Amino acid sequence: MSVKDRMSGNEAVAYAIRQIDPDVMPAFPITPSTEIPQMVSNYIANGMMNTEFIPVESEHSSMSATIGAEAAGARSLTATSSCGLALMWEELLVAASNRMPCVLALVNRTLSGPININCDHSDSMGARDTGWIQIYAENNQEAYDNMIQAFPIAEDKRVHLPVMICQDGFITSHAVQNIELNEDSEVKEFVGEYEPEEFLLNKGNPVAFGPYAVSNYSMEAKKAQEKAMEDSKEVIISTARKYKERFGRGFELFEEYRTNDADYIMIIMGSAAGTAKQAVDDLRKKGIKAGVLKLRVFRPFPSEEIANALKNCKCVAVMDRTESYNGNGGPLSSEVRAALFEYKIYPEVVCYTYGLSGRDFTVENVYEIFDELSGVSEGNIDIKQHRYINLRTKEEA
Amino acid sequence: MDKGIEIRWHGRGGQGAKTAALLLADVCFKTGAYVQGFPEYGPERMGAPITAFNRISPEDIRVHSNIYYPDLVVVVDDTLLNSVDVTAGLKEDGAIIINTVRPRDEIIPLLKGYKGKVYTIDARDISVKALGKYFPNTPMLSAVVAVTGLMDWSLFIREMRSSYEHKFSKKPEVIEGNMNALELTYEALKEQLNEN
Repeated sequence: MSVKDRMSGNEAVAYAIRQIDPDVMPAFPITPSTEIPQMVSNYIANGMMNTEFIPVESEHSSMSATIGAEAAGARSLTATSSCGLALMWEELLVAASNRMPCVLALVNRTLSGPININCDHSDSMGARDTGWIQIYAENNQEAYDNMIQAFPIAEDKRVHLPVMICQDGFITSHAVQNIELNEDSEVKEFVGEYEPEEFLLNKGNPVAFGPYAVSNYSMEAKKAQEKAMEDSKEVIISTARKYKERFGRGFELFEEYRTNDADYIMIIMGSAAGTAKQAVDDLRKKGIKAGVLKLRVFRPFPSEEIANALKNCKCVAVMDRTESYNGNGGPLSSEVRAALFEYKIYPEVVCYTYGLSGRDFTVENVYEIFDELSGVSEGNIDIKQHRYINLRTKEEA
Repeated sequence: MDKGIEIRWHGRGGQGAKTAALLLADVCFKTGAYVQGFPEYGPERMGAPITAFNRISPEDIRVHSNIYYPDLVVVVDDTLLNSVDVTAGLKEDGAIIINTVRPRDEIIPLLKGYKGKVYTIDARDISVKALGKYFPNTPMLSAVVAVTGLMDWSLFIREMRSSYEHKFSKKPEVIEGNMNALELTYEALKEQLNEN
């Protein structure tokens, strides 16, 4: 039985952490994810969970302690944002390459500079090649649901990789909305007991984590890690199916919203997908065949599935909430175009950068983009492949 | 509720506009509505202008942008009228509620020709009478419900009592003060509600 409630995205993730009741949570506060360790600390102080909370002096240490606890055989997680994730950099790679099934609740915030506390995806997108699975949420509900699926994915023997559960800073982390919560006992049953195979505190079976590997071995270790990332796709899908059967909610690799007969499709991640879906409903009433592909899983990247989902449309808008500074669009744009090329599917593609450092993204912006897409596909307008949306002109600034 | 309503709050950091928006979301949730309540964050300083938003709807809310064409604007501090364009995008068939000691006739000329309904309320007077201190958010929340009719008044009062009893379980002395502030606001607005 689910319970109807209302809470912010941060509250929802903290609530899920209480229900999961992991063994260890080291954390260091940073806006806008600070509330997560704060609320978990309250739960612990009130005797509502048994997690060992470790207040540390930096994010480098919070990730190090998470890895250490995980290696010892304890189910471990932490939370952070922005510069906090940047300070974890070295450790993110250590967690993944040592195949630690730990979890990070990320509340997306831009990286400096200019220094700013608001949402974009530059923090997690910068960490896209560190070997972590990355799952994104549209709203508080999805942040909650994704959090509960994180450990079952990470700890699966075919995977053994860390999982990053991402939600948009302030936009969902601090917005109170309706939510359905699962019963504690159902969450505990879904997540299950952690049974590590190899761990440091395993008496009589000594192991080492993180030793030096000479070139004769290192490349094979990396290939094995890459294989685990490939295999994780199947586990992410089966976990999402199991979750949906049990709790009636959620999506697998992505959500396809009115894309079946769509001439124009927008690919987008996070909270802006909700805004895009509302705009698509409005446009459909005017007879415009628009649709939204909301990407849930960015790592592993579902190339074949995305290419397949785009095979019948005329024109695609790929929406990046970060800048790659490569003169060629953001990371999602690069991945989507590579996927289309690989599977020989050639719609027109326009890449948009939007929402940097909390710049708002509205239904009107979505109308504007679909209008441009129809112009491009009719051959009426010739626009640059990489565009900024909602950028102020010199006169407006 | 037949259709949704979008509300924009203007206040100053520390006055509780964000809290009021979250309380409104809370009480509307209890009537079975879909709700959204969120602040816009900038550099946080006491006294700096801040904005908060509410969407209340009979249907699931998917839009995550700020609100540019509100049905209702709530101004928690009338000094903002000099520096912030509070009626920007406000619907002509909508309304604005302003916390001020000044009479409504003095406020209307400051609203750049806004043609919709204008309500004024002296939240300081009410708050000091009811609570002994200046907390404008309780009177402003009450004014929103009184003006919009978002929910039945007696249901609102009942839900607020239960919410204060929960929130102030360790400070029961402030429950009655807050309840009084809600009622005093309604009384103070009665004349304007009839006129409008």
